[in-house]
Amino acid sequence: MCLAIPGKIVAEELRNSLRIGRVQFGGIVRETSLDFVPEAEVGDYVMVHVGFAISKVDAEEAERTYELLEEMGVLEGELPPA
Amino acid sequence: MAKTAPTILGLSCPAPFPAKDTVLLGHGSGGKLSAELVRDIFLPAFDNPALARLDDQAVVQVNGSRIAITTDSFVVKPLFFPGGDIGSLAVHGTVNDLAMGGAQPLFLSVAFIIEEGLSVDVLRRVVESLQRAAASAGVQIVTGDTKVVEKGSGDGLFINTTGIGLLEPDVEMSANRARPGDQVLLSGSIGEHGIAILAQREGLQFESTVESDSASLHTLVASMLNVTRSIRCMRDPTRGGLSSTLNEIAAQSQVGIELDEHSIPVGEEVRGACELLGLDPLYVANEGKLVAIVDPVIAGPVLAAMRGHDLGRQAQIIGTVTASHPGLVTMRTVLGTNRVVDMLAGDQLPRIC
Amino acid sequence: MKYIDEYRDARIARGLAKAIANCARHNWVLMEICGGQTHTIMRYGLDEILPRQIELVHGPGCPVCVTPLETIDRAIALALRPEVILVSYGDMLRVPGSDLDLFRAKARGADVRIVYSPTEAVTIARGNPDRNVVFLAIGFETTAPANAMAAWQARREGLANFSMLVSHVLVPPAIRALLASPENRVQGFIAPGHVCTVMGYQEYEALVRDFALPIVVGGFEPVDLLEAILMLLKQLEEHEARLENQYVRSVSCQGNLPAQRIMQEVFEIADQKWRGIGPIPRSGLRLRSEFAAYDANKVFDLELITADEPAECISAQVLQGLKKPTDCPAFAMRCTPENPLGAPMVSAEGACAAYYHYRRHARAS
Repeated sequence: MCLAIPGKIVAEELRNSLRIGRVQFGGIVRETSLDFVPEAEVGDYVMVHVGFAISKVDAEEAERTYELLEEMGVLEGELPPA
Repeated sequence: MAKTAPTILGLSCPAPFPAKDTVLLGHGSGGKLSAELVRDIFLPAFDNPALARLDDQAVVQVNGSRIAITTDSFVVKPLFFPGGDIGSLAVHGTVNDLAMGGAQPLFLSVAFIIEEGLSVDVLRRVVESLQRAAASAGVQIVTGDTKVVEKGSGDGLFINTTGIGLLEPDVEMSANRARPGDQVLLSGSIGEHGIAILAQREGLQFESTVESDSASLHTLVASMLNVTRSIRCMRDPTRGGLSSTLNEIAAQSQVGIELDEHSIPVGEEVRGACELLGLDPLYVANEGKLVAIVDPVIAGPVLAAMRGHDLGRQAQIIGTVTASHPGLVTMRTVLGTNRVVDMLAGDQLPRIC
Repeated sequence: MKYIDEYRDARIARGLAKAIANCARHNWVLMEICGGQTHTIMRYGLDEILPRQIELVHGPGCPVCVTPLETIDRAIALALRPEVILVSYGDMLRVPGSDLDLFRAKARGADVRIVYSPTEAVTIARGNPDRNVVFLAIGFETTAPANAMAAWQARREGLANFSMLVSHVLVPPAIRALLASPENRVQGFIAPGHVCTVMGYQEYEALVRDFALPIVVGGFEPVDLLEAILMLLKQLEEHEARLENQYVRSVSCQGNLPAQRIMQEVFEIADQKWRGIGPIPRSGLRLRSEFAAYDANKVFDLELITADEPAECISAQVLQGLKKPTDCPAFAMRCTPENPLGAPMVSAEGACAAYYHYRRHARAS
């Protein structure tokens, strides 16, 4: 459960003292509450669940762990037999 | 082959079933429930060979000529959406049902069921759009009807059409003609109509420039038939998406279909919307795309002809017909594993889980 | 799409699968808690590329499946009232109640509307001052902050026509109940990454300590799950039992503090009945008394309706990972998504529905 997907904050505003962002997912944009991610800014990626950002994607961590994964992909090669 | 479970008369089951005594919205979504209505109510009542083929159009013989007839109803809400409206949709949808049988579309009838209180200006806009679509498709609206229903009985406006076309003598396309080894061709990216509509819907809205792909496909079909007359089958995936159409073909031809996820074109916006709402693009509606089942020997030239046409620029070969798992559609995922592409019961719903 | 496509990379997935195959020297039973993770496993055929030594069982991580029957019945009863607009997430519409589901209630004239976000439910209330809007607020901890905001927002605006039918479930108590059962076979857990995004993973440290088994917080894309499985496997083969975090790009140890604060302000922990499993103490959330005006259970005079699940439905055992959907005699025969006997056949990521949509032919063949 808990379908949350990463999106990029492209704009933000304060509306009735609530932080609302315009967040881009692939080719579409949706209004998203940024109240739970005060540290996220325009340009950052956030994980969004039911219209609320619940975390800021840690780009550094993602990159670091991804490099390790890529190495594994290069080294290991073929799919093991079923 | 049976893919639907035994219905309420499965007397061995001790558990209570929710009774299917009322028609549900799901019965209109083009999936399993719709198929059940056809199988259980309509076919037994109207039984005849032309109907039994269950293609998008019926082919009848009149004085030596083969005439294609189709009927369709348009209940789309909202009436106006990016890329079209109920009027243009009505023309394109009807033309496409005829074109999928290889018929040249000629004449349409249009019946309006109008909810009391609809703005005359709205009606005028719809009619003008309908006429423009008909003109550009080269068909004439030759007869019609108007009814008005009480306020609250309709969604503003419903349109019913009948289309008539003429079949070339050597064209024989039907959903029961697919054979193992055939290639499955798709004319372009999927899900645009469904997402264009969803983007406007209360409760789900999002910003998007996706326009409905609603378009008349008969000239694309003609360019394909110019390459070869022996295309087995063509279908335009509408409600229920690409999956429903392919499942229908697999069922009617009693073959399996194996798709390749990599080769199915999905636009970036449709992708983003589907990821956000938890939808699978394979089940999202289209209104301007076609699927063709083609002998592998001529698949290449047919594909080239498609790509040479405005409505087929992104055409791809997306799969193969197989003798394995008759009636079932499967897909090789981007990871190289296999998944089943099942037919949905009713409409696909957005999910949060 | 960034941060999605990279985690669906075939080469990396294969590399991980191979590493898992090389690492697995014994048989292990692993459980993923979250229905979204079950969905990914089925959708991408991950169990096809895992070695036979790994058995994946699916946990009760489908809040749709475990929403109590009474809650569904109450939602339907409210929806059938002409003055009520029942607003819900799409997932809930086909979940069978005792008699109807919300979809069929809609067919009978109920005003049932789907929203993507709870803020839309509040918007509907604002736009329909002469109707009573009831929002079916379900979910795990992931959804609780958003649902809490809806109540908070309604109270701030003094909306007189908005209330919520709350059914929130908490994951750690459910895992604890599962692990405490003598029939438990699970040796390692993939903890739900989005629940932990909100709550952090400190609660899972206690489980690791008390039951001496490894837990890895996992994400939802194929590469995430394969990596989490590899991390679990490495621990198991070395007889370790630690808490690890695979989903580092979204999950931190303490989680999301602003989200937790709003949850605490609006909700309090309560005993909760899990459909198909039974009551688990202190495993749910309810609205605090300060929000009584927005609690549909208090605003409306709802009779307590209880009913028994169809005897054939084995969802209890499926949700606890004791049986697979394909072990059920009714699976794909008397129980299908069109005619579900229990909730796991309805929800998009209920284990039975996932098996049905992606796997059924394996049973038939």
